[in-house]
Amino acid sequence: MDDVAIIGVGLHPFGRHGDKTAFEMGAEAVELALTDAGVPWNDVEYAFGGSWEVAQTDPLTSLLGLTGIPFVNVFNACATGAATIQQAANAILAGAGEIVVAVGMDKHPRGSFKVDPTLTNVPAWYGENGQFVTTKFFGMKINKYMHDYGVSSATLAKVAAKNYRNGALNPKAFRRKPISEEEILSSPVLNYPLTSYMFCAPDEGAAAVVLCRADIAHRYTDTPVYVKATAIRTRNYGAYEVSTTWAAVEEDVAPTVYASRAAYEEAGIGPEDVDVIQLQDTDAGAEVIHMAENGFCADGEQEKLLADAATEITGPMPVNTDGGLIANGEPIGASGLRQVHELVLQLRGQAGDRQVQGDPQVGYAQVYGAPGTAAVTILAR
Amino acid sequence: MQKPIADVFTWPADDPQLLGGRCEGCGAVTFPAQSRCPRCGVLGMTELPLPRRGTLVSWTTQAFPPSFDYMGDPTGASFEPFGVGLVQLDDVVRVESRLTESDPDKIDFGMAVELRIVPFYVDKDGNEIITFAFAPVGAQNNKER
Repeated sequence: MDDVAIIGVGLHPFGRHGDKTAFEMGAEAVELALTDAGVPWNDVEYAFGGSWEVAQTDPLTSLLGLTGIPFVNVFNACATGAATIQQAANAILAGAGEIVVAVGMDKHPRGSFKVDPTLTNVPAWYGENGQFVTTKFFGMKINKYMHDYGVSSATLAKVAAKNYRNGALNPKAFRRKPISEEEILSSPVLNYPLTSYMFCAPDEGAAAVVLCRADIAHRYTDTPVYVKATAIRTRNYGAYEVSTTWAAVEEDVAPTVYASRAAYEEAGIGPEDVDVIQLQDTDAGAEVIHMAENGFCADGEQEKLLADAATEITGPMPVNTDGGLIANGEPIGASGLRQVHELVLQLRGQAGDRQVQGDPQVGYAQVYGAPGTAAVTILAR
Repeated sequence: MQKPIADVFTWPADDPQLLGGRCEGCGAVTFPAQSRCPRCGVLGMTELPLPRRGTLVSWTTQAFPPSFDYMGDPTGASFEPFGVGLVQLDDVVRVESRLTESDPDKIDFGMAVELRIVPFYVDKDGNEIITFAFAPVGAQNNKER
């Protein structure tokens, strides 16, 4: 696919913002993206918005301009941002609009996510039993992975420390203070073997992207970034994922693996062609596993790669250059679009103190969330 | 009065079993039972009591109180960490469950575990709510029965 281009990106800082509403943050992100693209809101022909906390995102038009355009709400849990990008790209490919906005915004209360399990087709007793906790799934997954492939807790600490360090270089990140590997390892265990500082936290923020038909992109920018692939996958029979009471004995790989393969095929490239990587780091263990599930290394190689600083901004496979979820937190609707925002800055050479050197050409973003939904977006200059 | 947390295990019973569902068409097994098969989509699965023993495929601990509607500590004053595991019951199905053990030093991959029915909490009408958990085979625990 080479028919859709990104011409503008905007991001409202992630963090805690007092009384400021999700809509105000969303409107600011869209305005930043429109300014970046040099496009007035009146020229936008279609929009897609995603959020967990607000009932619907299209009331943003009352802040941006009541232009009457189609504005469709998209929700796929932690994969929401990637889904809005895919919908926007598909709308352009279908001829529904030449200039399309994708926006995500959220304002979560403090603490872990709260939801009635029956609203996600999980029985009430699962919650009453204390099993409806997404973080414990990640604890179980990385615990087994470490056992099977010889990955150490020290490596998990290296991942988290890297993301906090990258966040310190990102003026829009939530956590901007480096945290040492020792502090990370000695923070309280929340779900063995994962400690408090190895997890991301729900927070607030918004991100937006302006996309257009590729053949008109040069009207707006000298540096269009092309959408090479978007892929979304849910669970296959045999996968053991978040929020489930059972799994089949015959194992299948995680939905990320399927989404990743489909995206590489659509883009016509392989992991060796990727220069900048964004992975879902709900926790440090998830980043480790996702390195392999997305084809960037074999299972178990992470131990050596992290020891060799391979995933640092200065390394051969930079991962989560803006600090990822660990340093930015997760406003669910905006998280996938934050990844795209970062990749676009990196591919344009505009990432400032955290710029990957060597003129990066290809960026890769992966998100994963409940109940086992994964999405991959591949971008290129 | 004693009440099960949900109708997902045989009770009262000397040797209680979790109640799964088996697809008549393709043989897929779920826990708990559900109306349609998750592998072939056929409507109509039959109830299948599951093996009482299994092995631990993976595990973690829950060291903070689950938020939404956790009933093990309704007041928030007496939370006790607990283990959670994915247990393979013979070659029939894997179930996610609480573990009676919460000390990482006493839990291991591949460990043999067996079903226990344990007291969980007392509801507002004074009923003792019981739930299921897996314990290391042979483990003694005065809260179990």
